[in-house]
Amino acid sequence: MEIAVSCRGLTKRYGDVLALDALTLDVPTGAIYGVLGPNGAGKTTLLRLLTGLARPTSGEATVAGLSVSAQAATMHQRISFLDQSPQYYSWMSGHELVTFVGELFGLRGAELCTRVDEVLALTGLSDVARRRIGGYSGGMRQRLGLAQALVNRPDVLFLDEPASALDPAGRHEILTTIAGLRGVATVCMSTHILADVERVCDTVAILNEGRLIVSASVADLQARYAQPAFELELEAGQADAAEQLVVDVRAQPWTDEVVRQGDLVRVLAVDTAAAGRELLPLVTARGVQLRRFERVRPDIEDIFLRLTVAPAASIPEKAQAS
Amino acid sequence: MDGFPIFLRKELRESLRTNRLLVAVVIFAILGIISPLSAKYTPELLNALGTNGGGVTIILPPPTVKDSITQFIKNVAGTGIFIAILLPMGLVAREKERGTAAFALTKPLSRLAFLTAKLASLGITLTVGVAIGALATYWYTALLFTPVAFGGFFAASLLVLLSLLVYASFTFLGSTLMSAQLPAAGIGFAGWIIVSVLGIFPGVQQYTPAGLLDPASKLALGLTPQHLWVSVSASIALIVVALLLAVLSFRRQELVTNA
Repeated sequence: MEIAVSCRGLTKRYGDVLALDALTLDVPTGAIYGVLGPNGAGKTTLLRLLTGLARPTSGEATVAGLSVSAQAATMHQRISFLDQSPQYYSWMSGHELVTFVGELFGLRGAELCTRVDEVLALTGLSDVARRRIGGYSGGMRQRLGLAQALVNRPDVLFLDEPASALDPAGRHEILTTIAGLRGVATVCMSTHILADVERVCDTVAILNEGRLIVSASVADLQARYAQPAFELELEAGQADAAEQLVVDVRAQPWTDEVVRQGDLVRVLAVDTAAAGRELLPLVTARGVQLRRFERVRPDIEDIFLRLTVAPAASIPEKAQAS
Repeated sequence: MDGFPIFLRKELRESLRTNRLLVAVVIFAILGIISPLSAKYTPELLNALGTNGGGVTIILPPPTVKDSITQFIKNVAGTGIFIAILLPMGLVAREKERGTAAFALTKPLSRLAFLTAKLASLGITLTVGVAIGALATYWYTALLFTPVAFGGFFAASLLVLLSLLVYASFTFLGSTLMSAQLPAAGIGFAGWIIVSVLGIFPGVQQYTPAGLLDPASKLALGLTPQHLWVSVSASIALIVVALLLAVLSFRRQELVTNA
């Protein structure tokens, strides 16, 4: 497996704050790699270190086979970066900005013009390309950010929360564009929107408090942490019965956790088979009327919450090592 | 220096689009025009006021070319200091503050190219401004008095420009060190005050930018200046030190991606 981004013991300390703690990970070439984590997990710090905007306290990183600290100039030829809240020269038009970036990457003449038009069309900005960036909305600015990031056909594209400021339609467009880069470029994107990860990423790293909790493919994560859950949607007006049911289910040996939100009761089981056998009879015995009973597969959000809420020490050894 | 010509072109376009160049040119042009006019007509104005005042007679010697040149040097080197401080105060600090420096520096653009392109643009803006002001003074001096030798006047203008570049480089250093424009301007003003205070001490003024102004007057009037090269060397040394500090500091800075 070819590696596009490699971190070895990457550590960043701001005074007393340990923003990144000896991070070691590899991003496969051509992957769309999601970096997940709650606020303050170290996602943006990681991207800043990988793009050369900050220097590590210790450890090292390579991007496209080039050392970020020792070969930054060459590395910058082969990467692109889109910031979370991109700020550009407001006096320029979108077309001028993308042209400026293309020129910095050495594009000239007809090749430059063609490429600029291509990326502006790809990001849906052709019609407003001659308008000043100062008049762009947040969504247009984000799309312009993606246009300028694509103009050099980067080997590795770093995206910091690329869709967080967009409306659903804008998010759909951006994510479709990112998904279209699969196999063309390596995309390393930080995000807290878990649905986006499930939609476009094939591999994810989950960070918490500066430490890597797990790095694996989305399918692997789902298989590894697939702790099945049962959802019970109760008929309305059974608050007392529902509360009693929660108490009873919690008392069962096959129960891991029970969460009740109004008429919805979610049961995580340690013994799925036993839960499957005994849960419904328990409901019937309590005389609780159900609208729906379903065994659900955990999504990335469940896994994320489980991994970031649980202390790192409780995570299985195989997860840390992957 | 990766990206220098591209970034310099961007800086020059920014100077034009944001009217930075226009403002500098207009202010220096006004200073250039009013210098010979005030030299010529201030005595007449004072005489007129004296006559109207009743009983007080002010006798002033007739204005000469020397007065026009002195006014030009005083006005451009004096008022020009504010332009030399205000122009560069946001050059680097504003880009750091807004996050555009981080945007540009993740492209194939070295930090040295980023700084030198900004410096070159600043130098060009100040040079164009001083040149327009100097041409205005040269033209009006020839109209109102007698023409002065172009070579000497050109050399004098270069010395005035050099003195402004010293203050501009102090502010540029401040703009590189700080992440906001006002503290950057504060460093520029502090530099100006420090060298002005140092210039009070006997024998020290010739090593300060103010020490360039006497040689400038003499050169414009066709006289031989004293301590010309000492003052020129000292000012160039101050500029070089300020810029070296700026480059060294900027190389070590970590940039934020957005405000």
